[in-house]
Amino acid sequence: MECVFGLVGDGFALVAADSSAVNSILVHKSNEDKIMILDSHKLLGASGEAGDRVQFTEYIQKNVHLYEFRNGIPLSTAAAANFTRGELAQALRKSPYSVNILLAGYDKDIGPSLYYIDYIATLHKVDKGAFGYGSFFSLSMMDRHYHSGMSLKEAVDLVDKCIVEIRTRLVVSPPNFVIKIVDKDGAKEYAWRETIKDAEEPTA
Amino acid sequence: MMELDLSGFESCPLFPGGVVADHGENPLAAASFQLPACSDFDGFQKDAIQMTKPAKGTTTLAFVFKEGVIVAADSRATMGGYISSQSVKKIVEINPHMLGTIAGGAADCQFWHRNLGIKCRLHELANKRRISVTGASKLLANILYSYKGMGLSVGTMIAGWDEKGPGLYYVDNEGGRLKGTRFSVGSGSPYAYGVLDSGYQFNMSVEEAAELARRAIYHATFHDGASGGVASVYHVGPQGWKKLSGDDVGELHYKYYPMILTPTEQEMADTSAA
Repeated sequence: MECVFGLVGDGFALVAADSSAVNSILVHKSNEDKIMILDSHKLLGASGEAGDRVQFTEYIQKNVHLYEFRNGIPLSTAAAANFTRGELAQALRKSPYSVNILLAGYDKDIGPSLYYIDYIATLHKVDKGAFGYGSFFSLSMMDRHYHSGMSLKEAVDLVDKCIVEIRTRLVVSPPNFVIKIVDKDGAKEYAWRETIKDAEEPTA
Repeated sequence: MMELDLSGFESCPLFPGGVVADHGENPLAAASFQLPACSDFDGFQKDAIQMTKPAKGTTTLAFVFKEGVIVAADSRATMGGYISSQSVKKIVEINPHMLGTIAGGAADCQFWHRNLGIKCRLHELANKRRISVTGASKLLANILYSYKGMGLSVGTMIAGWDEKGPGLYYVDNEGGRLKGTRFSVGSGSPYAYGVLDSGYQFNMSVEEAAELARRAIYHATFHDGASGGVASVYHVGPQGWKKLSGDDVGELHYKYYPMILTPTEQEMADTSAA
Protein backbone atom coordinates (compact mmCIF):
# COMPACT_ATOMS: atom_id res chain seq x y z
CA MET A 1 0.00 0.00 0.00
CA GLU A 2 2.98 2.29 -0.37
CA CYS A 3 2.45 5.42 -2.40
CA VAL A 4 5.20 7.48 -4.00
CA PHE A 5 4.50 10.16 -6.57
CA GLY A 6 6.18 13.24 -7.95
CA LEU A 7 6.08 15.99 -10.53
CA VAL A 8 8.19 18.73 -12.09
CA GLY A 9 7.18 22.37 -11.72
CA ASP A 10 8.57 25.77 -12.56
CA GLY A 11 12.16 25.65 -11.37
CA PHE A 12 11.57 22.81 -8.88
CA ALA A 13 10.78 19.11 -8.67
CA LEU A 14 8.60 17.62 -5.98
CA VAL A 15 8.34 14.11 -4.53
CA ALA A 16 5.67 12.93 -2.09
CA ALA A 17 5.60 9.58 -0.31
CA ASP A 18 3.55 7.89 2.35
CA SER A 19 5.28 7.24 5.65
CA SER A 20 3.97 3.96 6.99
CA ALA A 21 6.21 1.01 7.71
CA VAL A 22 3.97 -2.01 7.57
CA ASN A 23 4.34 -5.75 8.27
CA SER A 24 1.27 -7.73 7.07
CA ILE A 25 -1.59 -6.23 9.07
CA LEU A 26 0.56 -4.34 11.55
CA VAL A 27 1.66 -0.75 11.16
CA HIS A 28 5.01 -0.56 12.91
CA LYS A 29 5.55 3.12 12.26
CA SER A 30 3.66 6.00 10.66
CA ASN A 31 6.47 8.52 10.32
CA GLU A 32 9.06 6.62 8.32
CA ASP A 33 10.86 8.94 5.91
CA LYS A 34 11.03 7.23 2.52
CA ILE A 35 12.41 10.17 0.56
CA MET A 36 16.17 10.16 0.89
CA ILE A 37 18.20 13.30 0.27
CA LEU A 38 20.80 11.92 -2.10
CA ASP A 39 22.96 15.03 -2.17
CA SER A 40 22.51 18.77 -2.02
CA HIS A 41 20.28 18.87 -5.10
CA LYS A 42 18.79 15.39 -5.45
CA LEU A 43 15.91 13.51 -3.88
CA LEU A 44 15.30 9.79 -4.01
CA GLY A 45 11.77 8.65 -3.16
CA ALA A 46 11.63 4.88 -2.84
CA SER A 47 8.99 2.26 -2.15
CA GLY A 48 9.54 -1.43 -1.81
CA GLU A 49 10.46 -4.36 0.37
CA ALA A 50 11.68 -3.79 3.90
CA GLY A 51 15.41 -4.38 3.73
CA ASP A 52 15.86 -3.66 0.04
CA ARG A 53 14.54 -0.11 0.15
CA VAL A 54 16.91 1.18 2.82
CA GLN A 55 19.92 -0.88 1.79
CA PHE A 56 19.69 -0.03 -1.91
CA THR A 57 19.02 3.68 -1.47
CA GLU A 58 21.82 4.01 1.08
CA TYR A 59 24.14 2.20 -1.35
CA ILE A 60 23.23 4.66 -4.10
CA GLN A 61 23.65 7.61 -1.73
CA LYS A 62 27.13 6.50 -0.62
CA ASN A 63 28.23 5.91 -4.21
CA VAL A 64 26.97 9.34 -5.28
CA HIS A 65 28.95 10.88 -2.40
CA LEU A 66 32.02 8.85 -3.36
CA TYR A 67 31.90 10.21 -6.89
CA GLU A 68 31.75 13.74 -5.53
CA PHE A 69 34.69 13.12 -3.17
CA ARG A 70 36.78 11.50 -5.86
CA ASN A 71 36.09 13.96 -8.63
CA GLY A 72 35.36 17.20 -6.83
CA ILE A 73 32.08 17.77 -8.65
CA PRO A 74 28.67 16.23 -8.00
CA LEU A 75 26.93 13.88 -10.41
CA SER A 76 24.24 15.31 -12.64
CA THR A 77 20.70 14.08 -12.06
CA ALA A 78 20.71 12.14 -15.32
CA ALA A 79 23.99 10.47 -14.42
CA ALA A 80 22.74 9.51 -10.96
CA ALA A 81 19.55 8.11 -12.46
CA ASN A 82 21.45 6.06 -15.00
CA PHE A 83 23.81 4.80 -12.31
CA THR A 84 20.85 3.72 -10.19
CA ARG A 85 19.22 1.98 -13.12
CA GLY A 86 22.48 0.27 -13.95
CA GLU A 87 22.82 -1.14 -10.43
CA LEU A 88 19.24 -2.43 -10.54
CA ALA A 89 19.87 -3.99 -13.93
CA GLN A 90 23.08 -5.71 -12.79
CA ALA A 91 21.33 -7.24 -9.82
CA LEU A 92 18.17 -8.09 -11.73
CA ARG A 93 19.11 -11.54 -12.91
CA LYS A 94 21.11 -12.42 -9.82
CA SER A 95 19.35 -11.17 -6.72
CA PRO A 96 16.97 -8.41 -7.71
CA TYR A 97 16.13 -5.47 -5.49
CA SER A 98 12.38 -4.93 -5.09
CA VAL A 99 12.50 -1.15 -5.02
CA ASN A 100 10.66 1.42 -7.11
CA ILE A 101 12.29 4.83 -7.29
CA LEU A 102 11.44 8.38 -8.26
CA LEU A 103 14.62 10.42 -8.52
CA ALA A 104 14.19 14.19 -8.59
CA GLY A 105 17.02 16.65 -9.08
CA TYR A 106 17.99 20.16 -10.03
CA ASP A 107 20.90 20.89 -12.34
CA LYS A 108 22.09 24.43 -12.91
CA ASP A 109 22.09 24.16 -16.69
CA ILE A 110 19.06 21.92 -17.21
CA GLY A 111 16.76 22.88 -14.38
CA PRO A 112 14.54 20.44 -12.53
CA SER A 113 14.06 16.86 -13.71
CA LEU A 114 12.30 13.70 -12.55
CA TYR A 115 13.24 10.12 -13.34
CA TYR A 116 11.00 7.07 -13.03
CA ILE A 117 13.01 3.92 -12.19
CA ASP A 118 11.08 0.77 -11.45
CA TYR A 119 12.19 -2.50 -9.86
CA ILE A 120 13.04 -4.17 -13.17
CA ALA A 121 15.39 -1.33 -14.06
CA THR A 122 13.13 0.63 -16.39
CA LEU A 123 14.27 4.24 -16.71
CA HIS A 124 12.20 7.13 -18.00
CA LYS A 125 12.64 10.84 -17.72
CA VAL A 126 9.15 12.11 -16.90
CA ASP A 127 7.21 15.21 -15.88
CA LYS A 128 5.08 13.26 -13.42
CA GLY A 129 5.14 9.74 -12.10
CA ALA A 130 3.73 7.52 -9.40
CA PHE A 131 4.23 4.08 -7.83
CA GLY A 132 2.11 1.84 -5.64
CA TYR A 133 -1.63 1.44 -5.22
CA GLY A 134 -1.87 5.21 -4.82
CA SER A 135 -0.74 5.55 -8.42
CA PHE A 136 -4.13 4.28 -9.59
CA PHE A 137 -5.65 7.47 -8.24
CA SER A 138 -2.85 10.01 -8.49
CA LEU A 139 -1.78 9.31 -12.08
CA SER A 140 -5.08 10.25 -13.65
CA MET A 141 -5.46 13.23 -11.33
CA MET A 142 -2.01 14.45 -12.31
CA ASP A 143 -2.80 13.86 -15.98
CA ARG A 144 -5.92 15.97 -15.64
CA HIS A 145 -4.60 18.89 -13.59
CA TYR A 146 -0.91 19.00 -14.42
CA HIS A 147 0.57 21.53 -16.79
CA SER A 148 4.19 22.34 -17.32
CA GLY A 149 5.57 25.25 -15.35
CA MET A 150 3.29 24.91 -12.31
CA SER A 151 4.10 27.17 -9.40
CA LEU A 152 4.98 25.66 -6.02
CA LYS A 153 1.56 26.54 -4.63
CA GLU A 154 -0.24 24.94 -7.61
CA ALA A 155 1.93 21.82 -7.35
CA VAL A 156 1.39 21.40 -3.61
CA ASP A 157 -2.35 21.90 -4.15
CA LEU A 158 -2.29 19.11 -6.74
CA VAL A 159 -0.35 16.86 -4.36
CA ASP A 160 -2.85 17.59 -1.61
CA LYS A 161 -5.70 16.73 -3.99
CA CYS A 162 -3.99 13.42 -4.76
CA ILE A 163 -3.47 12.69 -1.06
CA VAL A 164 -7.13 13.40 -0.31
CA GLU A 165 -8.17 11.13 -3.17
CA ILE A 166 -5.90 8.32 -1.93
CA ARG A 167 -7.24 8.72 1.58
CA THR A 168 -10.81 8.61 0.31
CA ARG A 169 -10.60 5.75 -2.15
CA LEU A 170 -7.79 3.41 -1.16
CA VAL A 171 -9.06 0.69 1.15
CA VAL A 172 -6.12 0.70 3.56
CA SER A 173 -4.72 4.12 2.88
CA PRO A 174 -1.62 5.38 4.63
CA PRO A 175 -2.42 8.04 7.23
CA ASN A 176 0.64 10.22 6.80
CA PHE A 177 2.62 11.63 3.89
CA VAL A 178 5.84 13.58 3.52
CA ILE A 179 6.53 16.08 0.75
CA LYS A 180 10.02 17.12 -0.29
CA ILE A 181 11.10 19.53 -2.98
CA VAL A 182 14.34 20.28 -4.79
CA ASP A 183 15.05 23.60 -6.47
CA LYS A 184 18.02 25.86 -7.17
CA ASP A 185 18.53 26.33 -3.43
CA GLY A 186 18.76 22.62 -2.74
CA ALA A 187 16.79 19.61 -1.61
CA LYS A 188 14.68 20.00 1.49
CA GLU A 189 11.66 18.74 3.32
CA TYR A 190 8.64 20.83 2.47
CA ALA A 191 5.83 19.49 4.67
CA TRP A 192 4.22 16.52 6.36
CA ARG A 193 0.55 15.72 5.88
CA GLU A 194 -0.43 13.84 8.99
CA THR A 195 -3.67 12.42 10.27
CA ILE A 196 -2.01 10.29 12.95
CA LYS A 197 0.76 11.76 15.04
CA ASP A 198 3.20 9.26 16.51
CA ALA A 199 4.38 9.93 20.03
CA GLU A 200 7.14 12.51 20.18
CA GLU A 201 10.66 11.13 19.99
CA PRO A 202 12.59 12.08 23.10
CA THR A 203 15.33 14.65 22.64
CA ALA A 204 18.68 14.06 24.34
CA MET B 1 12.25 -35.00 -14.11
CA MET B 2 10.10 -33.15 -16.56
CA GLU B 3 12.03 -30.83 -18.77
CA LEU B 4 10.77 -27.77 -20.46
CA ASP B 5 12.40 -27.37 -23.83
CA LEU B 6 12.98 -23.75 -24.78
CA SER B 7 15.31 -24.16 -27.71
CA GLY B 8 12.77 -25.20 -30.28
CA PHE B 9 15.31 -27.57 -31.85
CA GLU B 10 13.81 -30.75 -30.50
CA SER B 11 11.86 -32.72 -33.03
CA CYS B 12 10.97 -35.50 -30.62
CA PRO B 13 7.28 -36.13 -30.13
CA LEU B 14 5.99 -34.02 -27.25
CA PHE B 15 4.26 -35.54 -24.25
CA PRO B 16 0.95 -34.05 -23.19
CA GLY B 17 1.56 -30.68 -21.61
CA GLY B 18 4.30 -29.77 -24.03
CA VAL B 19 7.22 -31.36 -22.22
CA VAL B 20 10.01 -33.33 -23.79
CA ALA B 21 11.20 -36.78 -22.71
CA ASP B 22 14.25 -36.87 -20.50
CA HIS B 23 17.50 -37.62 -22.34
CA GLY B 24 20.15 -37.20 -19.68
CA GLU B 25 22.92 -38.95 -21.61
CA ASN B 26 22.54 -36.99 -24.81
CA PRO B 27 25.43 -34.51 -24.98
CA LEU B 28 23.58 -32.49 -27.58
CA ALA B 29 20.55 -32.16 -25.35
CA ALA B 30 18.64 -28.97 -25.94
CA ALA B 31 18.97 -26.13 -23.48
CA SER B 32 16.29 -26.56 -20.84
CA PHE B 33 15.72 -26.22 -17.13
CA GLN B 34 13.99 -28.64 -14.85
CA LEU B 35 10.68 -27.97 -13.23
CA PRO B 36 9.41 -29.79 -10.16
CA ALA B 37 7.06 -32.63 -11.05
CA CYS B 38 3.72 -31.18 -10.06
CA SER B 39 0.49 -30.18 -11.70
CA ASP B 40 0.20 -26.65 -10.34
CA PHE B 41 3.61 -25.04 -10.62
CA ASP B 42 2.54 -21.51 -9.65
CA GLY B 43 0.74 -22.75 -6.57
CA PHE B 44 3.74 -24.84 -5.65
CA GLN B 45 6.01 -21.82 -5.98
CA LYS B 46 3.75 -19.77 -3.73
CA ASP B 47 3.68 -22.54 -1.13
CA ALA B 48 7.44 -22.93 -1.28
CA ILE B 49 7.97 -19.22 -0.65
CA GLN B 50 5.37 -19.26 2.13
CA MET B 51 7.18 -22.19 3.79
CA THR B 52 10.33 -20.14 4.16
CA LYS B 53 8.41 -17.31 5.81
CA PRO B 54 8.73 -18.15 9.46
CA ALA B 55 5.88 -17.50 11.88
CA LYS B 56 6.91 -15.81 15.08
CA GLY B 57 4.85 -17.24 17.90
CA THR B 58 5.57 -14.92 20.77
CA THR B 59 4.84 -11.50 22.23
CA THR B 60 7.62 -9.03 22.83
CA LEU B 61 7.41 -5.29 23.21
CA ALA B 62 9.59 -2.31 23.96
CA PHE B 63 9.00 1.40 24.27
CA VAL B 64 10.95 4.56 24.99
CA PHE B 65 9.80 6.96 27.66
CA LYS B 66 11.17 9.71 29.87
CA GLU B 67 13.19 7.40 32.11
CA GLY B 68 14.63 5.16 29.40
CA VAL B 69 13.40 2.04 27.65
CA ILE B 70 11.11 -0.67 28.95
CA VAL B 71 11.52 -4.11 27.35
CA ALA B 72 9.06 -6.90 28.06
CA ALA B 73 8.35 -10.38 26.68
CA ASP B 74 6.47 -13.60 27.35
CA SER B 75 8.28 -16.94 27.75
CA ARG B 76 6.40 -19.57 25.78
CA ALA B 77 7.87 -21.71 23.00
CA THR B 78 5.57 -23.70 20.72
CA MET B 79 6.12 -26.37 18.12
CA GLY B 80 2.90 -26.26 16.14
CA GLY B 81 0.20 -26.88 18.72
CA TYR B 82 2.55 -28.27 21.36
CA ILE B 83 3.90 -26.01 24.06
CA SER B 84 7.52 -27.05 24.24
CA SER B 85 8.53 -24.67 27.00
CA GLN B 86 7.01 -22.10 29.33
CA SER B 87 10.33 -20.69 30.49
CA VAL B 88 12.23 -19.40 27.49
CA LYS B 89 14.42 -16.35 27.98
CA LYS B 90 13.30 -14.01 25.24
CA ILE B 91 15.20 -10.94 26.42
CA VAL B 92 18.92 -11.35 25.82
CA GLU B 93 21.60 -9.19 27.35
CA ILE B 94 23.90 -8.02 24.56
CA ASN B 95 26.03 -5.95 26.90
CA PRO B 96 25.34 -4.22 30.24
CA HIS B 97 23.75 -1.29 28.39
CA MET B 98 21.87 -3.01 25.60
CA LEU B 99 19.10 -5.57 25.40
CA GLY B 100 17.73 -7.55 22.51
CA THR B 101 14.43 -9.40 22.21
CA ILE B 102 13.82 -12.75 20.58
CA ALA B 103 10.96 -13.48 18.22
CA GLY B 104 11.08 -16.19 15.61
CA GLY B 105 13.73 -18.88 15.65
CA ALA B 106 15.29 -19.11 19.10
CA ALA B 107 18.57 -20.46 17.75
CA ASP B 108 18.85 -17.76 15.09
CA CYS B 109 18.12 -14.98 17.56
CA GLN B 110 20.39 -16.31 20.31
CA PHE B 111 23.27 -16.91 17.94
CA TRP B 112 23.08 -13.55 16.16
CA HIS B 113 22.57 -11.61 19.38
CA ARG B 114 25.68 -13.29 20.82
CA ASN B 115 27.50 -12.45 17.61
CA LEU B 116 26.30 -8.86 17.89
CA GLY B 117 27.58 -8.74 21.46
CA ILE B 118 30.99 -9.85 20.24
CA LYS B 119 31.03 -7.19 17.51
CA CYS B 120 29.96 -4.52 20.01
CA ARG B 121 32.80 -5.49 22.34
CA LEU B 122 35.30 -5.41 19.46
CA HIS B 123 34.02 -1.94 18.58
CA GLU B 124 34.61 -0.83 22.17
CA LEU B 125 38.16 -2.15 22.12
CA ALA B 126 38.95 -0.66 18.73
CA ASN B 127 37.40 2.75 19.34
CA LYS B 128 37.74 3.15 23.12
CA ARG B 129 34.04 4.01 23.43
CA ARG B 130 30.81 2.12 23.71
CA ILE B 131 28.92 1.48 20.50
CA SER B 132 25.70 3.42 19.96
CA VAL B 133 22.32 1.69 19.65
CA THR B 134 22.18 3.04 16.08
CA GLY B 135 25.49 1.38 15.27
CA ALA B 136 24.66 -1.92 16.93
CA SER B 137 21.30 -2.22 15.21
CA LYS B 138 22.87 -1.34 11.84
CA LEU B 139 25.50 -4.08 12.33
CA LEU B 140 22.77 -6.63 12.97
CA ALA B 141 20.55 -5.36 10.13
CA ASN B 142 23.37 -5.62 7.61
CA ILE B 143 24.16 -9.18 8.69
CA LEU B 144 20.51 -10.22 8.43
CA TYR B 145 20.18 -8.51 5.05
CA SER B 146 23.07 -10.52 3.70
CA TYR B 147 21.20 -13.70 4.69
CA LYS B 148 17.91 -12.47 3.22
CA GLY B 149 15.79 -15.20 1.66
CA MET B 150 17.82 -18.01 3.24
CA GLY B 151 15.29 -18.87 5.91
CA LEU B 152 16.55 -17.02 8.97
CA SER B 153 13.76 -16.15 11.36
CA VAL B 154 14.62 -13.12 13.45
CA GLY B 155 12.26 -10.40 14.63
CA THR B 156 14.21 -8.49 17.20
CA MET B 157 14.28 -5.17 18.96
CA ILE B 158 17.55 -3.60 20.06
CA ALA B 159 17.08 -1.34 23.06
CA GLY B 160 19.76 0.60 24.86
CA TRP B 161 20.92 3.83 26.41
CA ASP B 162 23.84 5.54 24.68
CA GLU B 163 25.27 9.08 24.50
CA LYS B 164 22.20 10.31 22.66
CA GLY B 165 19.86 8.96 25.31
CA PRO B 166 17.46 6.03 25.05
CA GLY B 167 17.35 4.28 21.67
CA LEU B 168 15.08 1.60 20.23
CA TYR B 169 15.32 -0.14 16.88
CA TYR B 170 13.33 -2.93 15.28
CA VAL B 171 15.35 -5.30 13.06
CA ASP B 172 14.02 -8.33 11.21
CA ASN B 173 15.12 -11.16 8.94
CA GLU B 174 13.83 -9.33 5.85
CA GLY B 175 16.62 -6.83 6.43
CA GLY B 176 14.25 -4.12 7.62
CA ARG B 177 15.41 -1.72 10.31
CA LEU B 178 13.16 0.89 11.89
CA LYS B 179 13.90 3.50 14.50
CA GLY B 180 10.97 4.19 16.77
CA THR B 181 9.52 4.83 20.17
CA ARG B 182 7.11 1.85 20.50
CA PHE B 183 7.34 -1.59 18.96
CA SER B 184 5.77 -4.97 19.53
CA VAL B 185 6.83 -8.10 17.68
CA GLY B 186 5.30 -11.56 17.36
CA SER B 187 1.97 -13.27 16.91
CA GLY B 188 0.61 -11.58 20.04
CA SER B 189 1.79 -8.13 19.00
CA PRO B 190 -1.54 -6.73 17.73
CA TYR B 191 -3.09 -7.42 21.13
CA ALA B 192 -0.14 -5.89 22.92
CA TYR B 193 -0.20 -2.83 20.65
CA GLY B 194 -3.82 -2.18 21.62
CA VAL B 195 -3.05 -1.97 25.31
CA LEU B 196 0.32 -0.28 24.81
CA ASP B 197 -0.91 2.46 22.48
CA SER B 198 -3.91 3.41 24.59
CA GLY B 199 -1.96 3.58 27.86
CA TYR B 200 1.27 5.14 26.62
CA GLN B 201 2.51 8.52 27.76
CA PHE B 202 6.06 9.82 27.45
CA ASN B 203 6.06 11.16 31.01
CA MET B 204 5.60 8.00 33.03
CA SER B 205 7.48 6.80 36.06
CA VAL B 206 9.41 3.56 35.85
CA GLU B 207 6.75 1.72 37.89
CA GLU B 208 3.89 2.99 35.70
CA ALA B 209 5.75 2.08 32.53
CA ALA B 210 6.59 -1.39 33.85
CA GLU B 211 2.96 -1.94 34.78
CA LEU B 212 1.86 -0.86 31.30
CA ALA B 213 4.29 -3.31 29.72
CA ARG B 214 3.25 -6.12 32.06
CA ARG B 215 -0.41 -5.49 31.31
CA ALA B 216 0.18 -5.42 27.56
CA ILE B 217 2.02 -8.77 27.67
CA TYR B 218 -0.68 -10.26 29.86
CA HIS B 219 -3.47 -9.24 27.48
CA ALA B 220 -1.55 -10.62 24.52
CA THR B 221 -0.98 -13.97 26.26
CA PHE B 222 -4.67 -14.12 27.09
CA HIS B 223 -5.74 -14.04 23.44
CA ASP B 224 -2.76 -15.51 21.63
CA GLY B 225 -2.20 -19.24 22.05
CA ALA B 226 1.42 -19.02 21.06
CA SER B 227 2.24 -16.62 23.92
CA GLY B 228 2.23 -17.37 27.63
CA GLY B 229 4.33 -18.43 30.56
CA VAL B 230 6.02 -15.61 32.40
CA ALA B 231 5.83 -11.90 31.59
CA SER B 232 9.34 -10.47 32.12
CA VAL B 233 9.90 -6.74 32.30
CA TYR B 234 13.29 -5.04 32.02
CA HIS B 235 14.24 -1.38 32.26
CA VAL B 236 17.18 0.22 30.48
CA GLY B 237 18.36 3.41 32.11
CA PRO B 238 21.46 5.58 31.95
CA GLN B 239 23.24 3.12 34.26
CA GLY B 240 22.35 0.09 32.13
CA TRP B 241 19.60 -2.51 32.19
CA LYS B 242 17.88 -4.02 35.20
CA LYS B 243 15.29 -6.78 35.38
CA LEU B 244 12.22 -5.45 37.13
CA SER B 245 9.83 -8.39 37.33
CA GLY B 246 8.84 -11.80 36.05
CA ASP B 247 5.25 -12.74 36.74
CA ASP B 248 3.35 -15.84 35.71
CA VAL B 249 0.57 -14.64 33.45
CA GLY B 250 -1.92 -17.04 35.01
CA GLU B 251 -1.38 -15.34 38.34
CA LEU B 252 -1.56 -11.93 36.67
CA HIS B 253 -4.95 -12.89 35.32
CA TYR B 254 -6.42 -13.39 38.79
CA LYS B 255 -4.66 -10.30 40.04
CA TYR B 256 -6.27 -8.12 37.37
CA TYR B 257 -9.57 -9.97 37.28
CA PRO B 258 -10.10 -11.45 40.72
CA MET B 259 -12.87 -14.01 41.01
CA ILE B 260 -15.99 -12.40 42.38
CA LEU B 261 -17.86 -15.00 44.37
CA THR B 262 -21.55 -14.57 43.69
CA PRO B 263 -23.85 -15.66 46.47
CA THR B 264 -25.18 -19.08 45.59
CA GLU B 265 -28.72 -18.97 44.34
CA GLN B 266 -31.34 -20.55 46.43
CA GLU B 267 -30.90 -24.22 45.96
CA MET B 268 -33.86 -26.06 44.70
CA ALA B 269 -35.36 -28.03 47.48
CA ASP B 270 -35.68 -31.72 46.84
CA THR B 271 -39.19 -32.52 45.80
CA SER B 272 -40.77 -34.75 48.29
CA ALA B 273 -41.71 -38.14 47.06
CA ALA B 274 -45.11 -37.95 45.56
